[in-house]
Amino acid sequence: MKLTVNGSEVEVTSEADTPLLWVLRDELNLVGTKYGCGIAQCGACTVHQDGRAIRSCVTPVAAVEGKAITTIEGQASEQGLSAVQRAWLETDVAQCGYCQSGQIMAATALLTQNPQPSDAEIDAAMAGNICRCGTYPRIRTAVHLAAQLMAGEQRS
Amino acid sequence: MKKRDQAGSISRRQFVQAGGALLFAAQCPVTLSTKVHASTAGSMMNSFVRIDPSNVITMLANNSEFGNGAYTVMSMMLAEELDVDYRSIALEAAPTTPEYYSPLFREYLTAGSVTTGSTFIPMRTAGAKARAMLLEAASQSWDVPVSELSTREGTVVHADSGRQSTYGDLLAVIHRLNIEPPETVALKDPSEFKILGKPARRYEGPGKVDGSAQFGIDIKLPGMLYGSIARPPVHGGSVISFDANEALTMPGVAKVKAIRAGVVVLADSYWRAQKARAKLKIEWDRGANDGVSSEQFYSDYRALAETPGMLAEDIGDALGVLEAADEVVEATYEMPLLAHATLEPMNCIAQVEGDTCTIWSGTQYQSNDQEVISRFLGIPQQNVTIHRPLMGGSFGRRSSKTADYTVEAVEAAMGESVPVQIIWSREEDIRSGHYRPLFVHKLRGSVDASGMPEAWHQVAVGQSLMQGTKHDPTYMVRGMDIYSLDGCLQEPFGVFPYGTSYQIPNHRVESHNAPKKGIVPQEWRSVGHTHTGIAYECFLDELAHKGGIDPLELRLRLTKDHARMNRVLSVLREKSDWDKPLPPGRGRGVASRIYNISPVAQAVEVTVAENGDFTLDRVVCVVDCGFAVNPLGVEGQVEGGLSFGLGGMAFGNIDIVNGEVQQSNFHDYPVMRLPQMPKVEVHILPSDEPPTGIGEQATTPIAPAVANALFNATGRRVRRFPLSSQGFNLV
Repeated sequence: MKLTVNGSEVEVTSEADTPLLWVLRDELNLVGTKYGCGIAQCGACTVHQDGRAIRSCVTPVAAVEGKAITTIEGQASEQGLSAVQRAWLETDVAQCGYCQSGQIMAATALLTQNPQPSDAEIDAAMAGNICRCGTYPRIRTAVHLAAQLMAGEQRS
Repeated sequence: MKKRDQAGSISRRQFVQAGGALLFAAQCPVTLSTKVHASTAGSMMNSFVRIDPSNVITMLANNSEFGNGAYTVMSMMLAEELDVDYRSIALEAAPTTPEYYSPLFREYLTAGSVTTGSTFIPMRTAGAKARAMLLEAASQSWDVPVSELSTREGTVVHADSGRQSTYGDLLAVIHRLNIEPPETVALKDPSEFKILGKPARRYEGPGKVDGSAQFGIDIKLPGMLYGSIARPPVHGGSVISFDANEALTMPGVAKVKAIRAGVVVLADSYWRAQKARAKLKIEWDRGANDGVSSEQFYSDYRALAETPGMLAEDIGDALGVLEAADEVVEATYEMPLLAHATLEPMNCIAQVEGDTCTIWSGTQYQSNDQEVISRFLGIPQQNVTIHRPLMGGSFGRRSSKTADYTVEAVEAAMGESVPVQIIWSREEDIRSGHYRPLFVHKLRGSVDASGMPEAWHQVAVGQSLMQGTKHDPTYMVRGMDIYSLDGCLQEPFGVFPYGTSYQIPNHRVESHNAPKKGIVPQEWRSVGHTHTGIAYECFLDELAHKGGIDPLELRLRLTKDHARMNRVLSVLREKSDWDKPLPPGRGRGVASRIYNISPVAQAVEVTVAENGDFTLDRVVCVVDCGFAVNPLGVEGQVEGGLSFGLGGMAFGNIDIVNGEVQQSNFHDYPVMRLPQMPKVEVHILPSDEPPTGIGEQATTPIAPAVANALFNATGRRVRRFPLSSQGFNLV
């Protein structure tokens, strides 16, 4: 089966019902996407399918055949880290860091849809991403900062 | 019983100082090897610092990083004395040898919020001694006095001549001239600090935004097999027989075998192992815990709490005063079992080859892992090598005294020619984990004519963390676990100088160790305070209400002999606008706790809807953690610690019925989510005192502060937790 992951076409041999999460992690060695619950309750496995946030732990790989999948490893470009990643670093969001790939992917999808979200919109969009370290206040701050950085990039 | 008099309170103050000394005696440098060892990796300047000829400075870190910020503060300390950027330092997890044991615990253990305090002197000394040797080398090599030399950015500089040399280039001189580390070295005066005390971003932060940070679960070794374990439905159960015929036909499955933890399926991917595990047919012996229930724990503990316990403290005559009092306030507080639910589930890779064993494991407690594995395999302790990656949270779970998730991986790897990685599913984590033990506290108290608390009688009942473990001699006092009484005692108790900063003239505290059954009790961020804090701070609120004294004013009066807590409370009063009236429907609550020397107090404002839904409108937290080595890290630990405690008390709950844990994943074991998280106003008090902990200090006061605010808003006391079980839902 052929997938497009972070812009490259790859051939995978996992069974069709294998969750995309485990294909990414165990077959493609893209381990930045994390396992947290296996039932779409925690958001640690968030990746993008055609720019939209999905939970890879409950997405059979067969369902994304031919779709463009982006993972945390595909966020930086030749120009460096994405605006969301820079905002995360600047705000010093991460503690243990395990959920942050998923948080960054969720925030990136949110900002693509809604470039200037309010606190309430951030809360609603990111309620599905658990952080056991409680970095939530800085997540809110970082999403706002990322929105500013992205707006600045568009102006320039 | 004992009379409280002037001398008594002086002796307590002295002990507080002695206790401080006790803790900080532990800050004395651990042995720094006195000879420079050269190897291909560079030169070991001492136990903690290696420098290579290309000027890469490597720190050997003997405290674990699980979100606590250990790597950041330790690299800052080293960098400060070596005059380099802390982010330029390379880092390795130090090996599991006694040289690297915590000077405080005498084990290789990261716990108790002591990393910053216990490394503040050793890590700086390691840096300063290495720097002194580099200066000596430059001095001898250039024939100039050391006093004319300075260091900056990894270089020794002689300003007058313009000569300079990188640290790496000076290594050859050190070896040629046999320069040895100095016996003693002067550390920088805090006024000279360029790094310490300034906000610093997380050392390992970059890898945590681009996905490259490596956690234990991410490690791939050649030929490695993934293991998934079917565990008994009841803790302590065991396999009678199993049928793996169908599982063995599944793709990628290499082997199925019974181990002590259950039946393990080994396969070439984790998903395949998990999938095959579901096809196993297993007959279980449900063992001695079949029939255990958490409701039975509550009723048994309530009954025990009505009987005299072991006497921990009896100051004045609490029983006599209560007997004579016109009115006695009574309450029983009940706190459930809680899971840690680290987002990275437990996992461990093990490889057993001959009489050696290697593991890759996120752990807080590697000397114990090593000890348990060596005992299990019957091999010398030094034959067990531990590689320690980053951890996706721990909160106490990865300090397992049984090394449960570690030794089972070793057992699964026995007889295999390749490494084996065991990964727990979330369901295994919630159902088969270790738990914050369930506790019941019975309290009785009275107030005097002025409304001040006059007598306090507390009986704590719950399973001990330490009883019967190797820690028994240190942490059990006259049969009582000091952690069961965390923060409840006014006088010294075992290795704890004292628990509470309050002074109540008649104060009696008793303890029952509940029978050990049903679960494995485990430290949960802030340990005993997670239940004692609720019982103590909520009941104090009940006495404040009884006496008609404002609860923050009451705490100020009770802490007048404890300058640090008194200052924290005074600042809290001001910063939280405590004395400003609130509109109807809203309520305010306060709580303060002292944990490993650092006093912390929190004030919250809540709005409660008629259906019990409530919001946290304001959370103000004042902390005194001594000198704040990294204020940005302190703020993060306060926010995070508070979030952890808030989620636990708002909706955290593990039920056991017929021996089986009823919850299984985040849908029925809810944890804090972004919409529920309040903005937290953090005030770090400036201090020249030695740094003390902050990782667990903010976890405890939030629960009682919120419960007290709910009472203030509604007149209804919560005495059984979580709040959600009593109709109060945090939204």
